[in-house]
Amino acid sequence: MQIQPILAALRRHKAGTILIALQIALTLAIVCNALFIINQRLSHLSEQSGVDEPNLFVIRNMWGEQYSTQQAVQHIEEDVAALRQVPGVQDVSAVNNYPFGPSTWDNFITMKPDQLSPTTDASFYTGDENFVRTLGLKLIAGRDFRADEIQDKGLRDSIVPAVAIISKAMADKLYPNGDALGKTFYAMTSSPITIVGIVDVLHRQDVSSWSASYLGESMITPIRIAMPWGLTYVVRAKPGQLEEAMHAAPKALFAENRMRMIDPKDGLLSFAEVRHRAFEKDRGMAILMGIICVVLLAITGAGIVGLTSFWVGQRRRQIGVRRALGATHRDILHYFMTENLLISLGGVAIGVLLTFGLNLWLVTRFTLNLLPVTYVLAGIVILLLLGQGAVLAPALRASRVPPIEATRPA
Amino acid sequence: MLGYYVDLAVRSLKRSPGLTALMILAIAFGVAASMTSYSVFRAVSGDPIPWKSAHLYVPQIDMWGQKGHRDGSSNNDPPDAMDYLDAIALMRDHRAKYQSAMYAISPSIVPPDASKHPINVGGHAVYSEFFPMTDAPFKYGSGWSSAEDTQRAAVVVLNGEINQKLFGGGNSVGKTVNIDGKDYRVVGVLDNWSPKPVFFDVVNTGGFTTGHEDVFIPFLRAIDIGMPNNGNTNCSEIPKSSGFVGLQQSTCVWISFMVELDDKAAAAAYREYLDGYARDQKQAGRFSWAPNNRLRDLHEWLDSEHVVPSDTQISLVVALGLLVVCLVNTAGLLLAKFLRRSSEIGVRRALGAPRMAIYTQFLIEAAIVGLTGGVLGLLLTWIGIHSVSWVLPKEIASLARLDIGLLLLTLLVAVVATMLAGLYPTFRASRVQPALQLKSN
Repeated sequence: MQIQPILAALRRHKAGTILIALQIALTLAIVCNALFIINQRLSHLSEQSGVDEPNLFVIRNMWGEQYSTQQAVQHIEEDVAALRQVPGVQDVSAVNNYPFGPSTWDNFITMKPDQLSPTTDASFYTGDENFVRTLGLKLIAGRDFRADEIQDKGLRDSIVPAVAIISKAMADKLYPNGDALGKTFYAMTSSPITIVGIVDVLHRQDVSSWSASYLGESMITPIRIAMPWGLTYVVRAKPGQLEEAMHAAPKALFAENRMRMIDPKDGLLSFAEVRHRAFEKDRGMAILMGIICVVLLAITGAGIVGLTSFWVGQRRRQIGVRRALGATHRDILHYFMTENLLISLGGVAIGVLLTFGLNLWLVTRFTLNLLPVTYVLAGIVILLLLGQGAVLAPALRASRVPPIEATRPA
Repeated sequence: MLGYYVDLAVRSLKRSPGLTALMILAIAFGVAASMTSYSVFRAVSGDPIPWKSAHLYVPQIDMWGQKGHRDGSSNNDPPDAMDYLDAIALMRDHRAKYQSAMYAISPSIVPPDASKHPINVGGHAVYSEFFPMTDAPFKYGSGWSSAEDTQRAAVVVLNGEINQKLFGGGNSVGKTVNIDGKDYRVVGVLDNWSPKPVFFDVVNTGGFTTGHEDVFIPFLRAIDIGMPNNGNTNCSEIPKSSGFVGLQQSTCVWISFMVELDDKAAAAAYREYLDGYARDQKQAGRFSWAPNNRLRDLHEWLDSEHVVPSDTQISLVVALGLLVVCLVNTAGLLLAKFLRRSSEIGVRRALGAPRMAIYTQFLIEAAIVGLTGGVLGLLLTWIGIHSVSWVLPKEIASLARLDIGLLLLTLLVAVVATMLAGLYPTFRASRVQPALQLKSN
């Protein structure tokens, strides 16, 4: 296939050629960045919580009145006892929060008490001796909390825990050699905290972007939270009995003490719903970007079909002449396919620059990550294929132009 | 003549229905995507109190010094909320026209009817000046007096929704509400006040929240009875002593602060006052660093707190990119379409039509494509705005609206954009050489 005559012909359609190339370039820039955003959000969506998700549910319980720490402790014990009686319930733990939860509690972590810039930042869980068991965490080293280690903490009580169970991600950050067990750290505390156990995975409470570099870094302290206004219970149902347990649990609580509030909207949630709500924003963004990509590719494809059809119509006579001079169907088909390939290549060449330009702008303005080259390569392949696919129908039509057209006036 | 051109344009568009449909669809999708994103963007970036936002300021004081920058952030901004000591000192000095410290509360209201469950409500503990400062609209009654601030009076201002729930929406001023087991006298009822963003406390609400502002009670009273803070608490170190009192003595920040200042001079004076205050603290040995304060007006404040979600901005940029692609697409198609009619243009020109006439004819054709695309785009925008709740968080999706302004803007954008896209093709069409065209036929 000779490229020279195609270039000569394109020179006579400068404006049209430039417009298609520009469209391809812009499409590439937007699609690459959108695909990257989609992928980031999807990988965010599939982050592991580390807990036994299918069998867990949470009850966010508020007392109807403000309790003193002593009253709160007593009510928590009564509640936990009542929940344990519910058929289908396997375990209960009184917690400050849970992975993907509604609020966040985190502390800077240092290796020395007077260290100015922190080693890391850990999500701070408080839990009783049932915490690890109830959430279904996998203890990979050390031991669980003993019942006599648990302290009750009222509102803003300054309690410094002596021991903690931490996630493997945090252990690796603090002690990269893998010898964290038995060692200590400081969580904005004056005295050291000893690591007595390590769990495989425990996601942070938040899913926000600021904590991305602290992914999976969590610590559990042997503290039972006894706030004046209420607390959260994590309940683990026996396998397959989640629905029954979720149905019966609030009833049991109200039967035990009527002075409480469980919000009808988000007071009682299965863990599946917790996950769904936490990532609502990311899923939405992925869908939105997906829709935009599809519309964009469709319009660009259709635009190429439209413009090429016009060109074919315009050149019927020339095609006829070529056919009459001995060009085969295949020659004509190849001509249009190659023409499109040349335009597309020009387009993606500009497009690559635009893609990185747009990405750089997003990085500086919104602290997105740098776009890996693979996305650009994938984008280029997609657009070249789209161009070839779009041009196929008009090119086939062109190849069927009979040689007799050469004799007809334009 | 105009009617004739419209007729010509319609004929021409009908001649190639597929292509026309493609152009119209491209414009419609491009416009609808941009307008839907724009409606969301407009909703979240709007000025919640346009008549006054230039006079509202948020002071920030650096009470953390070196310890406040442990997260490695490069900017030297002081904390975005205030600790108790400084908030109270600023209130006591009373240097602005209006000022209020405030914190988020979430008490429960026990309905008088004993058979009903208690209701958990949201709200803020504020000073009396909060109401004139924010121009909160009262339906009944008014805020409390500054005397009641210092008396720690058990008074409450209800918002419309909770008043509806408790008193059926009637004038409840003077009636009693049981909050956390204590009786409060209702002094005012707000007219369903729900500014978006919640400008007076973006630190705790993020600006947009599904939560409600149901009750407002005097700040000092809330502190006195130890009503817990329902918002964020950020500490640079663990408080030295326990309990609510320990929190009040600590440098933990949990209090929002807003002041109203009449003009630039007042703002400058207030800035001066803040620096003086910080210097005094340094002299007293509390701070060991140079004054590092900020006094941002509401716009700067909302901006620095990133109230407009970055997702919303990215969506808008991407959607505008889609619109540009659609326009380039339309420009290419119009170009091909117009130039195909070179012979027709040649004849018109040869018969004496000036370039202007060719311009008018083809721009009208572009405008018709734009208008049709705009109308279709309007329909798609309507669908888009009603389905954003599928992809956006509720508290933001519910703010997007299609009003007359957006409706007109959609049509305008469609028509103007398409005519812009048609400008070059029309220019090319008007340059057609009549002689050449006539000869080649």
